[in-house]
Amino acid sequence: MSDIRALDQNGDASFGDYVQLLKPRVMSLVIFTALVGLLVAPVGVHPVIAFASILFIALGAGASGALNMWWDADIDAVMRRTRGRPVPAGKVEAGEALGVGLGLSGLSVIMLGLAANWLAAALLAFTIFFYAVVYSMWLKRSTPQNIVIGGAAGAFPPMIGWACATGGVSVESLLMFALIFMWTPPHFWALALFMKDDYSKAGVPMLTVTHGRRATRNHVLIYTILLAPVAVGAAFTSIGGPVYLAVALALNAWFLIGAWRIWRRDEGVAEADGYAVEKAVFRFSLYYLFLHFAAFLAEATLKPYGLGGW
Amino acid sequence: MVFKPEHELHKRRLGRNVGVAVTLGLFILLVFALTVVKVTRGDPMQGFDHTVRPEMAVEGGAGE
Repeated sequence: MSDIRALDQNGDASFGDYVQLLKPRVMSLVIFTALVGLLVAPVGVHPVIAFASILFIALGAGASGALNMWWDADIDAVMRRTRGRPVPAGKVEAGEALGVGLGLSGLSVIMLGLAANWLAAALLAFTIFFYAVVYSMWLKRSTPQNIVIGGAAGAFPPMIGWACATGGVSVESLLMFALIFMWTPPHFWALALFMKDDYSKAGVPMLTVTHGRRATRNHVLIYTILLAPVAVGAAFTSIGGPVYLAVALALNAWFLIGAWRIWRRDEGVAEADGYAVEKAVFRFSLYYLFLHFAAFLAEATLKPYGLGGW
Repeated sequence: MVFKPEHELHKRRLGRNVGVAVTLGLFILLVFALTVVKVTRGDPMQGFDHTVRPEMAVEGGAGE
């Protein structure tokens, strides 16, 4: 019995703990954006190949999440938001997370290459490398611009989805990339404004810690202003149309107003109302991205009926 | 022979093993489905190495 008790103390991981290593919530965004990238492409894909491609893109994203959890176990243990993750919670060994991450990375890239094409596989491999090495190992702990450049990793999935269908890269897929890339900074900085204790405690150089909260508010506004033309501009490509244009105009106007309200406030006002505006803008930013991609999908769905596109 | 009562650890391990088995089973099914789709899509190829052979194409038919 003594050996069983010892194992029990170490915390034998359940299957669900390994699933948690793959960051299923992040995965859901990856699945959605990659699926939209694949479906709005001008080339049809066999449903089985489409399903397999999206699955392997999601698996690759999950693998990079496991690698991130292996590398960041020390700071995850300090932050309230991440303390319950399998590695800091002691359910999964850090080495196991590394093994799962490396194994699934290789599997997902090779399988995507075989299922779709090797350009898509190469893009997925680069995404995993970018998230695990460039973002997690290098930028996250060394520069307050970590979110800006690291955001590229989250921006690749629609581009990979598009590459699965077309075998190439185009203006449309680059614009979908740019939309997520430019959206990431205001989205995360709005979060950082009302989660200050966590990031500073973990020693992650978030803009709020290194340059102050005034500078962060300025950055949220600047990036939202830069994001708007990218988001609206996509309306005038082959994946856009009147529905997308209307949605993009409304969402960007709303987001700009939110960013301007964040910019106008100072800490005293924000603390007085419990960061109500920052929280509202953060919540809205989630809908912002979802609705833009839903609008791309709506255009593609309407096209066969002669309604979508220009 | 006396059986020891089942420890909670065994339940967790059973869950993990069933999870891995189901995942592997689904993976095999997916690879099989992919194979069927790729082989039956009609590209002019020889089955043994899945390499496209243009000279196999029928004039005016698939691959032209």
